[in-house]
Amino acid sequence: MKAGSAVGLLAGAAALAGAVVFVRTKSAVEREHVDVYFADGSMVSFAPGSAAGDRLMPLARRALAAARG
Amino acid sequence: MEAAQALADLTEISAQIEAAVLADHDGTVVASTLADESSAKSFAEAAAALLAAADDVRTEPGSEPLVQVEGAAHDGSVFVARDDRHLVAAVTKPRPTVGLVFYDLKTCLRMLEQEEEAKAEKATKTATRRRTAKKTEEAEGEGW
Repeated sequence: MKAGSAVGLLAGAAALAGAVVFVRTKSAVEREHVDVYFADGSMVSFAPGSAAGDRLMPLARRALAAARG
Repeated sequence: MEAAQALADLTEISAQIEAAVLADHDGTVVASTLADESSAKSFAEAAAALLAAADDVRTEPGSEPLVQVEGAAHDGSVFVARDDRHLVAAVTKPRPTVGLVFYDLKTCLRMLEQEEEAKAEKATKTATRRRTAKKTEEAEGEGW
């Protein structure tokens, strides 16, 4: 009986951990950002909240809106 | 290949691209897949502004020049790539295959550049041929 409870507890914890990882990964993938690429192949990524991100993201949204009318 | 044809090929080979515009660095439209001229102008100007602003974020003087930018929003992404003369901008649905879109944009710019070089070379050859013919005529005229 005790062994069954332990397995159930472990399974529940694993499911919870999996759900947390899934949500965090999904939100990271869908986070807004602007990536700037240079001639030497380097790239810098800016997210809203940073000074450059706050300046670039509205311009990206403006371009997107302009293209879609 | 004309600029419009280069863009048509771009949207044909890349299923991810919804709309694209080819422009000079100042945002003057060269060709566009958008039917509405004012939308194309707004899109080109916004893309040029994004590139200019991205250029300003470089902190180290003398660092490598900026070549391309991706802005990813929740409802889609905007891509801008440039060469010495033009910029090409495109919009896609959310979560596109970034590398493929940039590859297609750069291919478009490269094809256009090659075509312009071929045209310039042809024009130079024609002008040289005309000058040679004129000199021959003048020499023959002096001979009389």
